[in-house]
Amino acid sequence: MSITVRNLTKFYGHDKAIDDISFDVGTSEILGFLGPNGAGKTTTMKIVTCYMPPTSGSVEIDGYPVATHALEVRKKIGYLPELNPLYHDMNVLDYLTYSARLHGLKGPALTGRLREMVDACGIGSVRHKDIGELSKGFRQRVGLAQAMIHDPDVLILDEPTSGLDPNQIVEIRKLIRRLGRAKTVVLSTHILPEVQATCDRVIIVNEGKIVADGTPEKLQQEFRASDMLSVEIAARVENPMTEIFPVLASLRGVEHVEFQGTSDHVHRFLLHTLKGTDAREQIFRQAVNANWVLLELFREATTLEEVFHKLTMKDEMESDSHRTRS
Amino acid sequence: MSQVMNQYRESLSNAHTIFRKELASYFNSAIAYVVLVVFLAIVGWFHASNVFLANVASLRLMFEIIPAVYLFVVPAITMRLLSEERKSGTIELLVTKPLHDADIVLGKFFAAWALVGAALLPTLIFYGTIAVLGDVDHGPIIGGYLGLFLMGGVYVAIGLFASSLTENQVVAFIIGFVFVFALFMLDKVLFYMPVWLMGVLEYISIDYHFSNITRGVIDTRDIVYFLSVLGLSLYLTVVSLARRKM
Repeated sequence: MSITVRNLTKFYGHDKAIDDISFDVGTSEILGFLGPNGAGKTTTMKIVTCYMPPTSGSVEIDGYPVATHALEVRKKIGYLPELNPLYHDMNVLDYLTYSARLHGLKGPALTGRLREMVDACGIGSVRHKDIGELSKGFRQRVGLAQAMIHDPDVLILDEPTSGLDPNQIVEIRKLIRRLGRAKTVVLSTHILPEVQATCDRVIIVNEGKIVADGTPEKLQQEFRASDMLSVEIAARVENPMTEIFPVLASLRGVEHVEFQGTSDHVHRFLLHTLKGTDAREQIFRQAVNANWVLLELFREATTLEEVFHKLTMKDEMESDSHRTRS
Repeated sequence: MSQVMNQYRESLSNAHTIFRKELASYFNSAIAYVVLVVFLAIVGWFHASNVFLANVASLRLMFEIIPAVYLFVVPAITMRLLSEERKSGTIELLVTKPLHDADIVLGKFFAAWALVGAALLPTLIFYGTIAVLGDVDHGPIIGGYLGLFLMGGVYVAIGLFASSLTENQVVAFIIGFVFVFALFMLDKVLFYMPVWLMGVLEYISIDYHFSNITRGVIDTRDIVYFLSVLGLSLYLTVVSLARRKM
């Protein structure tokens, strides 16, 4: 079950919420939709789920255009909207039954599905309670159960872990991974570790535009400006700044060196090297020559956080300067 | 053809699902009981305190009181139907389920109408008591109940429309009240209107048609009036629900 989004644009009045967004999601892929608040994540999801039409552009789910086949599309989609809205005065089973009926389930198929979802989402102990009495973690499980009650091929989850405590977040993530195994999942978030923990692929949006698209690893590589090497050397020297620092700084490919401190004759340095060069071998040989003990030598990876920050902050600064210029 | 029938059946079953859920939520919360008790108390008091004074075995007075009681009871019943869904965001889940907006509107409409109908049932006691006490002309009473039921439907449809306009229940109540009050007052202010407008306004006013029915004359023109105001309000509700699409 694939999702095809082409040239999607949405205006709210004069405000452009999303601007010419195109992407594809393949079958049984878990896609993370990442972006700062107000980037257009929720708007895109609302269009994909047929809540509202785009100003222009198209969305197809498994070949069905959303614009003309809304009912067919809705049957294939399970949706957990932002903030997980629920009827607080209904009890869990009644609510799930209601959702299932609206998806056309009835009779033994309905009870079977109900039992499956209650088990899968771990809400058996609260199934006769009113939703309003539940903790946030349980409510989120009910929201997920509701989204999957009709066994949809596509799951659209808008910030499924927002407002949960760290333990609940881990549990919900596990649940999404487990239940979403055979499904196409799109989940939005502004929490970065979430993407790394759950998603096969990431799309970063900012100000209504896609600014990056790829696996988390690929994005980390692509947006690495320079490589960083962390070096820890044990050596009995008087002053590491005059005896070790210049040696490291003179190595080929090293742009500059940060001294990070000394404790008990162990000296730590951070080397910024040009992209594509590898100074590790040289460091090793130098250490052997000078009779230093190399305690640690590793590449510092760019975190997705840095990629995200770079992509979304840069634009902000640019648009700020546009504003001051005009 | 069979596809059309299938769609029709699906719509019906969706509306029925929503109807059941809404009716259950009236009776699970205090709303239904408060409505039933308050309605019966007010109507009963006005009816009982006058029926012996008038010394006539009729429900005419009750049929005059109930439209006035409806004015605030019905908007109170309908105010939460759509506004609450919008406020809590559940409307987003509801409209992304595989159903038509009209299924939602119809399900909710019939649930509220059923509650209004249920509020009428206990007043049959008064019918019973006057039937014991004196000679009753049954025609006007049957017509009166039919009229009250249809009027309730019209008010519910208008209240539901009001509820679709806002996410604030209090605002929904006030808008609903203003609409039904205007409809109710029209034939009471005819006196102040220019002559050429009178005919039109009289036809639009709900009391004119209601009083025709309570005389025991069930005229299709009056039924058509009730059903068309009801239908128009429901249509406007569907349109208002689709406003998100703009």
